[in-house]
Amino acid sequence: MCLGIPGRIVGIVDEEAMLATVDVSGVRRSVDVVCVAPPDGPLADLVGAWVLVHVGFAMSLIDEEEAAATLKVLAEIGEADAEIEAIRASGAEAAPAH
Amino acid sequence: MRYVDEFRDPALARALIREIEALAARMERGRDRPFAIMEVCGGHTHAIFRYGLEGLLPDIIEFVHGPGCPVCVLPMGRVDDCVAIAERPEAIFATFGDAIRVPGSRKSLLTAKAEGADVRTVYSPLDALALARRNPEREVVFFGLGFETTMPSTALTVLRAAREGIENFSIFCNHITIIPTLRALLQTQELGIDGFIGPGHVSMVIGTEPYRFIAEEFGKPMVVSGFEPIDLLQSLLMVLRQLDDGRARIENQYARVVPEAGNERAMAAVAEVYETRPAFEWRGLGSIEHSGVRLREAYARFDAERRFAVPEISIADPDACRCGEVLTGKLKPWGCPMFGTTCTPETPLGALMVSSEGSCAAYFQYGGMRQAKLEGAA
Repeated sequence: MCLGIPGRIVGIVDEEAMLATVDVSGVRRSVDVVCVAPPDGPLADLVGAWVLVHVGFAMSLIDEEEAAATLKVLAEIGEADAEIEAIRASGAEAAPAH
Repeated sequence: MRYVDEFRDPALARALIREIEALAARMERGRDRPFAIMEVCGGHTHAIFRYGLEGLLPDIIEFVHGPGCPVCVLPMGRVDDCVAIAERPEAIFATFGDAIRVPGSRKSLLTAKAEGADVRTVYSPLDALALARRNPEREVVFFGLGFETTMPSTALTVLRAAREGIENFSIFCNHITIIPTLRALLQTQELGIDGFIGPGHVSMVIGTEPYRFIAEEFGKPMVVSGFEPIDLLQSLLMVLRQLDDGRARIENQYARVVPEAGNERAMAAVAEVYETRPAFEWRGLGSIEHSGVRLREAYARFDAERRFAVPEISIADPDACRCGEVLTGKLKPWGCPMFGTTCTPETPLGALMVSSEGSCAAYFQYGGMRQAKLEGAA
């Protein structure tokens, strides 16, 4: 029950009632967007935004920059790993034992 | 799917596991027991089993599965109250799917439904409100349960019902709060937890600040984590690095979804609709002070507990069940004599076997039996 799923806001259902249509992997439904609505400005500004959807409510705007930053850290771990693997494969000598 | 597939990349998972192995090998010296890392949230428990993460990690790490499955910690007496409301002829009782099979002392909601009660499974409290709009002659009661993740959704639904002047809608409120629960857990004498993987979706609502006491008062690290395997592995690595450095901080691995400050509007709706109960009863853990909420007087007409007389009888868990010890990480599910024999996902005795987020159901479904066998053989 505590799981949520990323979806993209594709349209506004009712500006007054704060309802928008979200697309989750091709499945669409109306969700409450009170928690992610722009502080000032029309709800239409949300169209195109990625949100975390939980039990019919958009609970968080997914931060693209933060997602990219996390992936970058992860990629660096992956790269370092590949580098070490390459050195190992090149027949490097074992580190001296202490 | 965007924001999901990237965090399931097998090559990244392998790289993270190697990184964890290297660090663990260095840390092993001088340790006589594995590091016990508690994942608080049932969603994490489910993901750890679904992706078999435990089997991929070095022995020095042991996951302890925390109390964060709201379905699992619901006491039998509350389920009996649900059944009593659902069996009223005028009622339509709407619930999330994972709560329908939780056993009460007499029956589950599913059994009540089979016997003729109008019990409906809904995806959202908004769908329960829609039922109330479509059935003005009936009383629609929504089974509100969950931690802070779900609390704003029921609060916002109550506010919506109030705005629309809907009279035949109410919530049977069983919401619980994470902070008093974690504090109670940390104050348990025998609790041997070295660090925590923090709940991602509770934190997107409350932020990371409320966890500070875990680091400051109890000296334990916590990393708030996402739900994909890469998220969990990275969070585990972050916890281990803190343990290695002798640090205790609250860190946020899931920053793409969790802002440090949480969600102000969600918290405002919760504060408007709910107030703290003096205490709330948990299955297996007993009563925890200030761990539950109820509707405020101003929203009394949306409170099923005030609208309908419910039995409110406290029912002890079956004697043979060891749910409490499993919930606090003192006992592995297979250490319970009922596990996999009289208590199975088909016929659950304890609530931990009911929800897919419960640790017993996860062990049962994803091969915990195999580990039990190996351990037995050792």
